[in-house]
Amino acid sequence: MGLFMAAATSTNRGKTAPRKTQNARANGAAFSKEEELAAFRNMLLIRRFEEKAGQMYGMGLIGGFCHLYIGQEAVVTGVIMAAAEGDQTITGYRDHGHMLGCGMDPKAVMAELTGRKSGASKGKGGSMHMFSKANHFYGGHGIVGAQVPLGSGLAFANRYRRNGNICFTYFGDGAANQGQVYESFNMAELWKLPVVYIIENNRYAMGTSVTRSSALTDFSKRGQSFNIPGEQVDGMDVRAVKAAATRAAEWCRTGDGPMILEMQTYRYRGHSMSDPAKYRSKDEVQKMREERDPIEQVRARLLTSKQASEDDLKKIDAAIRAVVAEAAEFASHEPEPDPAEIWTDVLG
Amino acid sequence: MATNILMPALSPTMEKGRLAKWLKKEGDAVRSGDVLAEIETDKATMEVEAIEDGTLVKILVPDGTDNVAVNTPIAVIEADGEDVQALGPPAPAAALSESAKGFGPAIPKDKAMVTLSVREALRDAMAEEMRRDDSVFIIGEEVAEYEGAYKVTQGLLQEFGARRVVDTPITEHGFAGLGIGAAFAGLRPIVEFMTFNFAMQAMDQIINSAAKTRYMSGAQMDCPIVFRGPNGAAARVAAQHSQDYAAWYSHIPGLKVVTPYTAADAKGLLKSAIRDPNPVIFLENEILYGHKFEVPAGDDFLVPIGKARIARAGKDVTLVSFGIGMDYALKAADELEREGVSAEAIDLRTIRPMDSETIIQSVKKTGRCITVEEGWPQSGVGAEIMAKIMEDAFDYLDAPVMRICGKDVPMPYAANLEKLALPNVKEVVQAAKAVLYR
Repeated sequence: MGLFMAAATSTNRGKTAPRKTQNARANGAAFSKEEELAAFRNMLLIRRFEEKAGQMYGMGLIGGFCHLYIGQEAVVTGVIMAAAEGDQTITGYRDHGHMLGCGMDPKAVMAELTGRKSGASKGKGGSMHMFSKANHFYGGHGIVGAQVPLGSGLAFANRYRRNGNICFTYFGDGAANQGQVYESFNMAELWKLPVVYIIENNRYAMGTSVTRSSALTDFSKRGQSFNIPGEQVDGMDVRAVKAAATRAAEWCRTGDGPMILEMQTYRYRGHSMSDPAKYRSKDEVQKMREERDPIEQVRARLLTSKQASEDDLKKIDAAIRAVVAEAAEFASHEPEPDPAEIWTDVLG
Repeated sequence: MATNILMPALSPTMEKGRLAKWLKKEGDAVRSGDVLAEIETDKATMEVEAIEDGTLVKILVPDGTDNVAVNTPIAVIEADGEDVQALGPPAPAAALSESAKGFGPAIPKDKAMVTLSVREALRDAMAEEMRRDDSVFIIGEEVAEYEGAYKVTQGLLQEFGARRVVDTPITEHGFAGLGIGAAFAGLRPIVEFMTFNFAMQAMDQIINSAAKTRYMSGAQMDCPIVFRGPNGAAARVAAQHSQDYAAWYSHIPGLKVVTPYTAADAKGLLKSAIRDPNPVIFLENEILYGHKFEVPAGDDFLVPIGKARIARAGKDVTLVSFGIGMDYALKAADELEREGVSAEAIDLRTIRPMDSETIIQSVKKTGRCITVEEGWPQSGVGAEIMAKIMEDAFDYLDAPVMRICGKDVPMPYAANLEKLALPNVKEVVQAAKAVLYR
């Protein structure tokens, strides 16, 4: 149980930090039919997009590093359901889901993966480096942990401009051991920056499990020295994610400073495409897929409650597969960047 | 026994100061620890304390005296019962040699000029740009309440308040990254490093986040940020605090690297850097902070980034330098003139993008070139200049290009070794003569 707030209550002008209840399902987190369907669509888009990216990597159409988000879809989907217009998102290199979640065009994202001129970064960034100011998505950063001070800086700008926006800054359990994360925590609490730090704990920093890398595996407590409240959240349940993100967003938006959400999640695929994942058992992965899959949870609820039929959901899946197929087709046939592009965009 | 009280130094690089006020008068008894006088520089004020008991028998430098050189005797204290000795007048403060001549073509001739230290010029540049644009703010260690570790941000907190003049914890990696994030959001941060030695803690953010993101985003993201602070050797602070980073940053596409020498350039270039849409590394020098130069009056004086300045015209040999290296180059040019050699001195002002054209044109005229820098030789700025000359002016050379650099060792502490490790005027003069075969 990641309940940490005792110190926070004494210094945050008497307010009580957001509380995690014993059971997220009993926390007013129930979704309406529309929310369930939106979550289903958004998570399924990420799932199908990533499956296709994996296939295209295997076909040699995508080069370099390619880190898939399969299994973690509920995290970004639930958080973005809690975001307000203008709130920023920034993350590390496992970023395809965040880009789609922020509303970036799947064709532009896929074309960037294949290194084409119509890619989101004109073919100059690749999988780990895409951005969209229009969608308030600030990357896509390849150096583990570097996005944490950057996201704190985006939040600094929000406070400077008093625009009421917050920055959702994502990083993994591995990045949570980088020093610059704690430099950021200190400044963020000191200056009450409107930033939600979302630690996506998928249990493995590449091949190193959290128990082998982290002296304290309850990541919601990582802000304790800085008086930053934190919560552990079932990151496989999109309703729990949205509810926690809503509470954290309100905390930040009203000037109470940063908050940490540890999203307990799981990636089904390897760290990157080249990872055989021998550091964990197939049974462990299989058990997670069968019992905790974020998309299957929503599907089951929709069917059980008769808010949607099998046929309805098949139609949604078919529509999403069509979007992804179109993106893949586009990304496979777009031309590479013009050779003259090598010299452009270095300086403004 | 009579003891001379000497003018103290407030910092490793202080050369002279003002004797503001005597708090004791001749004939007063003093106890060890009593405050005798107040002295000031443009950077700080300090009290001079007696270090033994006795009588203040003579004040050698009166209240209100400016430009008192460090180590000048300012008073005599005698233990009780001793005779007052006749003491001569103090030695005159050694005049600082300011061999910069003129400030190049960037300044219109009809412009009214004011005399400013480099420190004041930098402060004025920031204050003017902060008045002009609310998105400009300064962030760093001790920039606000302390007014800068080297007093470059004097008065800024008072004028602009804590929203825009932000003291940070000691956390270079963190606040560099935070500044870059704010720049991604469209603000224009000035990030002060107390010295660039500490910016190595922030190197990943400067290189990987600030310099590369525009390219990696296909120009969607801009990073209008200035990283500034003292760079290079100060005095007697040894290897970890004495390093010239010009060559390091100049290696990186996506950065601009600026190294002013004069106060006019410090002001005009810093204003340009703050307005620039790209990350700019602005390398200052602690020793130059107190040096005074003529600066155009008014708040509209800009010096373009990427343009060198012919600091002194000549025809026999080209001396190329930047920052404090110009001090050696200009003094060497003076000395060479006395020996009948006409040296042209080029102040690069910007290391990246480098104004190769000005260098090449000069070398085509003189046929000879010496580079001068305090940084190390291997892969240094001089090495880059030599390569450019090989590529574009090889046929015009009458002698090999030579470089005068800091010695290829970490900076030693001992005064004599430190002096040896830095370049000096004699080395520049000798090199110039060598390429002239004289």
